[in-house]
Amino acid sequence: METKCAECDAGIVVPEDAIRGELVSCKDCGAEYEVTELKGGTVLLKPADSVEEDWGE
Amino acid sequence: MKLSILYDRLRWEEKALADEAKASGDEPSLVDARSLHFDISEGAKAEGLGDAVLQRCISHYRALFSTRILESLGVPVVNEYSVAEVCGNKLATTIALARAHVPTPRTVVALSSESVEAAARHVRFPLVMKPFTGSWGRMVSVARDRGTLSSLVELREEMHNPLEHMYYLQEFVKRPPRDIRAVVTGGEIAACVYRNAAKGDWRTNVARGGTSEAFRPGRDLVEMLLKAADAVGGGVLGVDAMESDGGYVVHEVNNTVEFRGAQSVTEGSIAAKIVRYTKRSLKK
Repeated sequence: METKCAECDAGIVVPEDAIRGELVSCKDCGAEYEVTELKGGTVLLKPADSVEEDWGE
Repeated sequence: MKLSILYDRLRWEEKALADEAKASGDEPSLVDARSLHFDISEGAKAEGLGDAVLQRCISHYRALFSTRILESLGVPVVNEYSVAEVCGNKLATTIALARAHVPTPRTVVALSSESVEAAARHVRFPLVMKPFTGSWGRMVSVARDRGTLSSLVELREEMHNPLEHMYYLQEFVKRPPRDIRAVVTGGEIAACVYRNAAKGDWRTNVARGGTSEAFRPGRDLVEMLLKAADAVGGGVLGVDAMESDGGYVVHEVNNTVEFRGAQSVTEGSIAAKIVRYTKRSLKK
């Protein structure tokens, strides 16, 4: 599946087995996105959340 | 077993856990915690989350709250709420370790900026200032003298969060540029590695560029690492230790342990051991 980077318009290839919540990044500009929806061969992305103060392990 | 792996940011670890659960004949589901809501009033029930939940949220408070809710609804969660509560708070972790007689670096808490200097005299310079919550070495700073400490305190006082206006100060342990990370599953060490600090950084967190190196702990260290895990309530934990002049000290226990770095230098699947532990804990 392929979509466009909202920052630089480069193509972003999303693996076929991707699932909701997975992160992908633009190989051209490095922008990071989160997969929000996968339907019938199309994929929707949103900019990935930035690190919150309580994130970690 | 129907196992829900609860996440809010899908990392390599969550996918590895799902793969291992599937390989061992279980029915794993990756569940995005952000999509959930719960009725928590009397008589409410949790549905659709299977026999158990493996808590893997990257947000500490989302993990804590969802675990509390699920346990109240009768769903077993690994790790338990009480464990997450202790591990998510460095103050509570240090107290739990000290009570269990696990050696830790000297740690002093100042309840306001007014008492920081006296606390620092107690710890002695150089010292490390850490936030009470947080991970990946974020906002962990070294103060080598009074001037640096004063600047750090001034910065913290500008923050609006009242938690930033109390201070957790810890002895700066003279150690090699590495620490030890053990992934503990119940009473077993699933993996143990050195974490080498990245060039130019004193912190060893893999999130800061630290690299893992295979390491086999001796019997005394194994005992200490398991004791530390037990001190916070046990479960699937990442126990961090340092080599000080006076022997090993444990400085942190993580309750949603990341293990990609450790796995890269460990034979045998860490995820498989975590899944096995989760199943064992259900039978108790």
